[in-house]
Amino acid sequence: MKTTETPAPLPAESGAVLAKEGLPPAVPPKEKREGTVLNVFSHGVLVIWAIMVVMPLLWAVMTSFKDDRSIFSSPWSLPGSLHFDNWSRAWTEANMSDYFLNTVLVVGGSLIGTLVLGSMAAYVLARFDFPGNRFIYYLFIGGMSFPIMLALVPLFYVVNNMGLLNTIHGLILVYVAYSLPFTVFFLTAFFRTLPTSIAEAAFVDGASHSRTFFQIMLPMAKPGLVSVGIFNFLGQWNQYMLPTVLNTDPDKRVLTQGLVQLAVSQGYKGDWSGLFAGLVMAMLPVLAAYVVFQRQVVQGLTAGALK
Amino acid sequence: MQHGKYRFIVGFLALPLGLYALFVVWPFIQSIYYSFTDWTGLSPEFKMVGFGNYSRMLDDEIFWKSLQHSLLFALLLPLVTISLALFFAFMINVGGRKRRNGPVVTGVRGSSFYKIVYFFPQVLSIAIVALLFAFAYNPDSGAINSVLRGIGLDVQPLWLGDPDLALWAVMGVLVWSTVGFFVVLFSAGMASIPAEMYEAALLDGANRFTTFFRITLPLLWDTVQSGWVYMGILALGAESFAVVQIMTTGPGGPDYSTTVMVLYVYQKAFRDGQAAYATTIGVALLVVTLAFAAVVMRLGRRERLEY
Repeated sequence: MKTTETPAPLPAESGAVLAKEGLPPAVPPKEKREGTVLNVFSHGVLVIWAIMVVMPLLWAVMTSFKDDRSIFSSPWSLPGSLHFDNWSRAWTEANMSDYFLNTVLVVGGSLIGTLVLGSMAAYVLARFDFPGNRFIYYLFIGGMSFPIMLALVPLFYVVNNMGLLNTIHGLILVYVAYSLPFTVFFLTAFFRTLPTSIAEAAFVDGASHSRTFFQIMLPMAKPGLVSVGIFNFLGQWNQYMLPTVLNTDPDKRVLTQGLVQLAVSQGYKGDWSGLFAGLVMAMLPVLAAYVVFQRQVVQGLTAGALK
Repeated sequence: MQHGKYRFIVGFLALPLGLYALFVVWPFIQSIYYSFTDWTGLSPEFKMVGFGNYSRMLDDEIFWKSLQHSLLFALLLPLVTISLALFFAFMINVGGRKRRNGPVVTGVRGSSFYKIVYFFPQVLSIAIVALLFAFAYNPDSGAINSVLRGIGLDVQPLWLGDPDLALWAVMGVLVWSTVGFFVVLFSAGMASIPAEMYEAALLDGANRFTTFFRITLPLLWDTVQSGWVYMGILALGAESFAVVQIMTTGPGGPDYSTTVMVLYVYQKAFRDGQAAYATTIGVALLVVTLAFAAVVMRLGRRERLEY
């Protein structure tokens, strides 16, 4: 389907001549044909990639409704009957409900912590002159390009010594700390774009610095907070490396960890259909949220790379 | 504005900076220090060994393999992903059929549909994607080989079980999951290029493929460059850790054929009880990451000056 018939380049003169003769900028016929070939070719290529993206996901959904035998004998056949019991088995017996709860707790706490602490630091760094301002800013930014795994080796023992290993609140603190670099980077830039006059007026009227921040600056920064919030939400919800190292207690597992563990243990039990049900269960809420909040999600995730 | 300013600054910075210093900065410094010791991680005692770990690393065959693979992840993977994404984004934004009285260059029909679908994998956890593909790659009952059987091809690769193929299979998964992000990112950039530029070039006899290299790419260069750094850092760290650890046997693949530096750090520290040696490899990973970012930024800058 990938046609190789790329149209021959137009001779440079013909276009130039047309332009010189003062013809209206209508598209010459040859050009039109080139456009059509390109159009068919584009659609062909784009559709193929769309299928390649969607098929594995559909395959997972389909498989989650099949029984184990047909998963192995005919991977692509439609399920003979819908085995909803796979889903209930995954939810209860395979502890998916616990993993969901843990993830919600960890991500909820981390997200609030990240936004509060990140915006406080970013506001001070963006709006106040003081010795060491640049140093602290670059200290935060540097965290974005350093390999986290290097720090995780000693961090494991730091967290352990503080008695925070395998606890939900310990994991929250670590998530917040590792989300700060990007959050501070993004929000510092955002606070700089906000007008200073309103905050100054509030200050002249006798509002304290912290009151000015909470009642005036934060509401003004809402669009930035939404973008960076979505970015952090997805990053923390999908986090795999941090919990793998710092959260080894089976009861405290988050979703990603739990699923990987499930894949290992179901391998022994042979309950593949239950595992696929778990996978789809973990995929669907995020995909659904994405489809609904599509514009904001794309903005939030691409915000970092565009800066 | 002076009154209480410093008290406010300290009050707002103390918590975020303290948390960041304790969980991020301090472990980084510690791990560089530990790389000169013989610390096992299992007991608190250790003594200094100078550059012992470093000379051991230079003789470690598995380290060199992991370094090679990590470099492939940082250089080749973004190259393939970004090229594909540029190609798709160009098709989406320029491949449209010319409409009467419309601009010469238009996006294809359904361009927003493509962008939504391509972005799907980006919102999923890389751990979930890795699990899904670990099953799809299964030689007997996986989705991919059964498609090959279905279309009558007689090749049934072992994929993750084949030392020559495993690394490519793993990298393919990262391409699959990241292309959509860049398609959306580049599309946003391409949409802001004025259509008159294309119009003028087409009238002067350029074909659409020349316009890509002469107009689109130079104008998007900044985005491409920062995207490359962004993806390279992820591919050296969290992303390659998740896919290699989850998908390949060992983990690290048959005959260490897929092991990457970040996984090797993890295994040395948390499986083999050689924390000091793990931090040594971590320091090497840090050097590779910083060198990679510096090289891409430097090369990119020179490229840009030529235009």
